[in-house]
Amino acid sequence: MNHPQSPETSKEPLAPGQRLPESERKEFSAEALAEIQGIMAKYPEKLAATLPALHIAQREFGFVSLAAMKAVAKAIGIPEGHVFGVATFYTMYQKAPVGKYHFSVCTNISCALRGAAQLLEKVCEKTGVKPGAGPSPDGMWSVEEVECLAGCGVAPCVQVNHDVYDELVDEQKLIEVMEACKRGEYRPWAQ
Amino acid sequence: MVAIRTKPDHHTYTFPGFGSEKFPNLLLRGAGDLNNWHLNVYEQQHEGYVAMKAALKMEPVAVTDEVKASGLRGRGGAGFPAGLKWSFMPKDSADRKFTRYLVCNADEGEPGTFKDRVILEYNPHQLIEGMIIGGWAMQCVTGYVYIRGEFLWLIEKLEAAIQEARDAGYLGKNILGTGWDYDILVHRGAGAYICGEETALLNSLEGRRGEPRVKPPFPAAKGAFGQPTTINNVETLAAVPPIMRMGGAEYAKIGSPKNSGTRIFGVSGHVKRPGIYELPMGTPMNFLVEELCGGSSTGKKIKAIIPGGASCPMLDEKDFDVPMDFDNLRARGSMGGSGGLIVMDESVCIVQATLRLIKFYAHESCGQCTPCREGCNWMEMILHRIEHGEGRPGDLELLSSLTPRIAGRTLCPLGDAACGPMDSALQKFRHEFEHHITHKTCYVQGSRLLSTVGAH
Ligand SMILES: Cc1cc2nc3c(=O)[nH]c(=O)nc-3n(C[C@H](O)[C@H](O)[C@H](O)COP(=O)(O)O)c2cc1C
Ligand code: SF4
Ligand code: FES
Repeated sequence: MNHPQSPETSKEPLAPGQRLPESERKEFSAEALAEIQGIMAKYPEKLAATLPALHIAQREFGFVSLAAMKAVAKAIGIPEGHVFGVATFYTMYQKAPVGKYHFSVCTNISCALRGAAQLLEKVCEKTGVKPGAGPSPDGMWSVEEVECLAGCGVAPCVQVNHDVYDELVDEQKLIEVMEACKRGEYRPWAQ
Repeated sequence: MVAIRTKPDHHTYTFPGFGSEKFPNLLLRGAGDLNNWHLNVYEQQHEGYVAMKAALKMEPVAVTDEVKASGLRGRGGAGFPAGLKWSFMPKDSADRKFTRYLVCNADEGEPGTFKDRVILEYNPHQLIEGMIIGGWAMQCVTGYVYIRGEFLWLIEKLEAAIQEARDAGYLGKNILGTGWDYDILVHRGAGAYICGEETALLNSLEGRRGEPRVKPPFPAAKGAFGQPTTINNVETLAAVPPIMRMGGAEYAKIGSPKNSGTRIFGVSGHVKRPGIYELPMGTPMNFLVEELCGGSSTGKKIKAIIPGGASCPMLDEKDFDVPMDFDNLRARGSMGGSGGLIVMDESVCIVQATLRLIKFYAHESCGQCTPCREGCNWMEMILHRIEHGEGRPGDLELLSSLTPRIAGRTLCPLGDAACGPMDSALQKFRHEFEHHITHKTCYVQGSRLLSTVGAH
């Protein structure tokens, strides 16, 4: 079951039937709207654009808030409830803000055999944030524990911002990766 | 245009003798070379699109027959014969025309599995060629590649490769003058293991929650967008061009009886040279682990091997000589699965390993059916208390009574998948669980597979 993540302001997970708090309205940029229109045209049914549009929403707004879900529903012309259901099912849609550099640390079996548990602790220690507890005060870092990233042969495996994989990560490598982030060599979140 | 990532990865791809007649390289030709994804490299160096051009001159049914003759079995997990699956697709008749789809399952998420990723990284055109041949054989209108969302750089690469194929006239309208229109679209997932299950994948492709559907109707009757659909794994489709080049009968000679061809094995865990190895089906497991991967990386003895991704029951020492194909692994009480070997040495606490695996299933269960949703969570909780020194007498009996109430009683095979590791661990390493319950600590000291900071 994909447990709903805490909404942007509340510290508690959502109870059944509970709604995400209202937040300010979000409007897609004209380019994003055009992109969503283009995607809708590629599929036999417009509903199929839901996942791609949520990815675009995450890129545009940084994370998938309730307002972002509403914007997606409006852009495609489908019920808000549908978008909410989809967004809360998939773990890659962040339902709360993340840091400029979001670390996804795989702790599944192959990585665990090669020290992923210790690595996760190191990542938390160095960034000063706990998994799933939102970004660090300076907004730089956030950490998430994830399932297999299909990098098992070069474990342990860490993904930074859903586009760079770093493999065979030990403490030295971790420091290098964090330094590279600070120098801006990695694409920041939502770009 | 986005820049294609050229960061090298650290996997091992080859070994002495790879590419010879004994160890044919049908899928990993040129792996390791980051320029290999370009169409011109594929065409000039790897006989690229030769098979497609030949297939497009054949009758579609004859192409399916060739794949049938090859004996190719699906590499996604279940080992279902690919040619047979293709032949289930309804054909057009005078009074009924169908819109047919081909879907490639690139949602690789089974822990211990990292083989489709290599094909996408180094040989995307071989997959595209396979999808064109499959699309022709079944006369599909569109091929969808459902690819896990984390593989963003591979999505960018695959889209660029597809564009190259379009520019070459291999996709689009009236392909090579046949009058057949076909295109390939890439659909990005969003992080849900269950979307690897074929009907959950279809729901996800349609823009819904990735919840498996009740079968029947099977996808061949009612699949994507309600139309007849065939779903194949990346490796299955990438095996099609070599089959068409060498002929089905010739391909069938590779590997072991009823398990033809080569397969990509991914080895992870405690071995010296973990990585990706393409081997004929039926290669003995200890040859791969000891000879090619160099045996244990820690100097400690190897205690258990999961032979085909996390969902397969684990094997202990007495079965390390098993020939790795679907039938032999099944005969030893495990499965061929996705071809990912997870090797664990003596320093591993099996209770911790099992807990980590079950935690995965509890987290990834879509929650539709009670035995899986509740059962996986209960197994996790019981294992958790055993691991943390709070195990009670009778807990092992409780666990053994749970699995038959999950396996075979769920809508999709995820419930069964969770029971495989659980049952085999209990059966083969029962003393470790008992030690935990009576002594409140691990049987093997110093095993640290579980993190202490927060959970998800
Ligand atoms: C929980 C679950 C996860 C699965 N994940 C994958 C996957 O990641 N990739 C894949 O190719 N098949 C996966 N499968 C198997 C697919 O349902 C399907 O059998 C396969 O894609 C068919 O392709 P094939 O005939 O080429 O093997 C999964 C099955 C289940 C039950
Ligand atoms: S077995 Fe589990 S994952 Fe599959 S449909 Fe049922 S609840 Fe969902
Ligand atoms: S188990 Fe960590 S990447 Fe597969």
